[in-house]
Amino acid sequence: MSALLRVRNLTKIYGEPGERTLEQTGPEWNSNICPETDSIVACAGVSFDLYPGEVLGIVGESGSGKSTVVKLLYFDMEKTAGSAWLRPYNDGRTNMLEASGQQKRYIRNHLMGTVYQNPRDGLNFSFSSGGNIAEKLIMAGSLHVGSIRERASFLLEKTEVPVRRMDDTPASFSGGMQQRVQIAKAIANNPPLLFLDEVTTGLDVSVQAKVLDLIRELQQELGIAMIVVSHDLSVIRMLTDRTLVMKHGRVVESGLTDQILQDPQHAYTQLLVSSLL
Amino acid sequence: MIENKKYKNSYNFAFIDESTKKEVRRKLLKAVAIPGYQVPYSSPEMPISRGWGTGGLHVTLAIIGPKDIFKIIDQGSDASVNACNLREFVQAMTGCKTTYDTTEATLIQTRHRITEEELREDQILVFQVPMPEPLRSVERYEYRTRQMHGEADYAKMWVSLYESYVRHGGIMRGADYPVKVNGRYIMAPSPIPRWDVPNLNQAKTLYLFGAGREKRLYAVPPHTTVEPLEFEDVRFAIEKFDSLCYKTGYRRAFLDELYLDDGSRQYVINDSNFLDKIEQGGEVKPFINPYIQQIEL
Amino acid sequence: MNIVEVNQLSKTFELHILHDKMIPALHDIEFDIAEGEIIGLTGKSGSGKSSLMKCLYRTYLATGGEILYYSRGGVINLVKASDHEIIALRRSEIRYCSQFLSVIPRVSAIDVVAEPLARTEKNRDLARSKAKDLLEALGLPTALWDAFPVTFSGGEQQRINVARAIIARPRLLLIDEPTASLDQRTKDVVIGLIRDLKQEGTSVLCISHDEYTLERLADRRLHLQSGQITHAITESI
Repeated sequence: MSALLRVRNLTKIYGEPGERTLEQTGPEWNSNICPETDSIVACAGVSFDLYPGEVLGIVGESGSGKSTVVKLLYFDMEKTAGSAWLRPYNDGRTNMLEASGQQKRYIRNHLMGTVYQNPRDGLNFSFSSGGNIAEKLIMAGSLHVGSIRERASFLLEKTEVPVRRMDDTPASFSGGMQQRVQIAKAIANNPPLLFLDEVTTGLDVSVQAKVLDLIRELQQELGIAMIVVSHDLSVIRMLTDRTLVMKHGRVVESGLTDQILQDPQHAYTQLLVSSLL
Repeated sequence: MIENKKYKNSYNFAFIDESTKKEVRRKLLKAVAIPGYQVPYSSPEMPISRGWGTGGLHVTLAIIGPKDIFKIIDQGSDASVNACNLREFVQAMTGCKTTYDTTEATLIQTRHRITEEELREDQILVFQVPMPEPLRSVERYEYRTRQMHGEADYAKMWVSLYESYVRHGGIMRGADYPVKVNGRYIMAPSPIPRWDVPNLNQAKTLYLFGAGREKRLYAVPPHTTVEPLEFEDVRFAIEKFDSLCYKTGYRRAFLDELYLDDGSRQYVINDSNFLDKIEQGGEVKPFINPYIQQIEL
Repeated sequence: MNIVEVNQLSKTFELHILHDKMIPALHDIEFDIAEGEIIGLTGKSGSGKSSLMKCLYRTYLATGGEILYYSRGGVINLVKASDHEIIALRRSEIRYCSQFLSVIPRVSAIDVVAEPLARTEKNRDLARSKAKDLLEALGLPTALWDAFPVTFSGGEQQRINVARAIIARPRLLLIDEPTASLDQRTKDVVIGLIRDLKQEGTSVLCISHDEYTLERLADRRLHLQSGQITHAITESI
């Protein structure tokens, strides 16, 4: 079995980095701001492999760079350095971070989906929820209203959104339902890879549980590989096989999720785990 | 009134100076070379305000020659105030012959219509365009719409058509119906009615579009494929009139709705020259397209 | 033939947040597990039984030594293997059954049990029907099959736990106190089920305090004291 996604040395720096910026930032320096140039190292040197159907967690506090990693991979941001190869894209031979805008759009629409913490980032609130899903289907070449609506109904049913609300805008939905519409949109074209960025943060506990259950069921049923970004260790424990722990833009530890939680090696991870309620 | 003889005769032919004309022509060449692509241009100052037909006027004045016969229509009419003023201006600045007769004209400027009579290879139709960006309704940032055109990323446009269908049961766009030109760029055909849209496809005539306020030129060269955006199961359709022209009994033309003095409602042919010709029993050679052909006579 | 060979295994916890305090857990552990062998692991609480088991499952990272595992695809050192190799082994060959049920919330008992098999067989209906058979054999009241195990009693949870561990027929089963809170009848069922597995060639490492269970299950016993093996007894059944 070969990796679905290979990521090497993924780096994002804001501002003008100096020669020693990377040396002088990170967990050992307790900062991601370069003392010489004031440039900010959002993430640096992030490398990992993701296998088909695998669920990888990225955990860390706010500002640790965990969201930056998925935003770079979903092309929401431009990388400063690094490479990523996605197997279904050109047989994994081309660094997708260097692809043209058009190619990147193809990859985003056919090979990936993302669910953002804020539904406004993932959904267009001036379109109906069906229209939001239609956007993904249209980008994949479907121009038949009947079949678009059929597929959208199927996806909404699958994500437990009442189908009769398909023609309402997500603005009139509850937070949990907005997340479900986002998930329906993200999986519209059966992508092999899904990014979930703090998807349950800010939701009520009971709603949170339902969204997590949905994600887990979809994962088991469709076998989608996922990268789950969360500051919440219980989300990570429930969803993931493997976990990267990030601090100040660097991966400080990676391992099997049960090992990270029960036998953490790095001081920061030990602190994180011991802070678990 | 004091006559200013000194300046009266010192205007350049067709008002605009030659180097500016050259710039406009160069941009027009580019527009013709990339059908449907919006080319930015200088949009020089004119003696009328931007947004009142300056874009069309720039194109007209840049390409008109002394032997051209000029016609200008506004919403199908040769006689509207706007058409009269611009006709007078072009005539004064060029000395060209003007006409109402669609078949006689070599250069026609128009606002919101294509003529009912089919245009020929030796004619040019210039559109005055208020909003050249078809994606503006779905994307407010210019840098984003340019990127979307560059990458042919038109999903949002399609979603807005889908939304229109969901909300109204059909694609509700009376005028300025978005079209795809030469299989590539989505273009705003200026606010012509849907009736005129099929006449852009594989036409014999060169169509030039000028948007003065937005400083954009674009073109549909002769024999270019122009398709209205439509879904496989929700098709584009032209306007349906539940009546015929009360003056002529004619059916296969774009009709205006009229309220007569007695309060009754009637329909009349919108294209004034076309109406005149039919009323006088003259011969007309209208555009023929599959949509018009479906209308029973 | 051996399926596991443990050589000079040691484990020390280093607690950075307690001023780098070192807590030794295992020291110089050496033993083998043969194919189809059941080893009883005994010792007082705190002697390192669970730590040893978790080192084998890689929930704990061993500090030193090696654990050679003879997988279907070749020999793998579980101490050094990549996370992906471990994940693959956990899905197909090695199963760990902890003392207490820790499962994903809001999943019915039947699905909790069926899940490991559904993953390997890709057939949920088949997995569910096998899960039903197991729960029936273990005497879990049918009324509970569709309920969430979080609310179950200790004995009920234990049965779910055992059923989940054996449903996919692992090659190596690591099982912690499988009979602790069960009645006599169920205890016998569990013992029977594990012996069935052994017949099919599964090797078992079993922690137990229960002499009755050990007598009927273990081919051999390992006794741990303060993180070291003190003596090994071979039993003949």
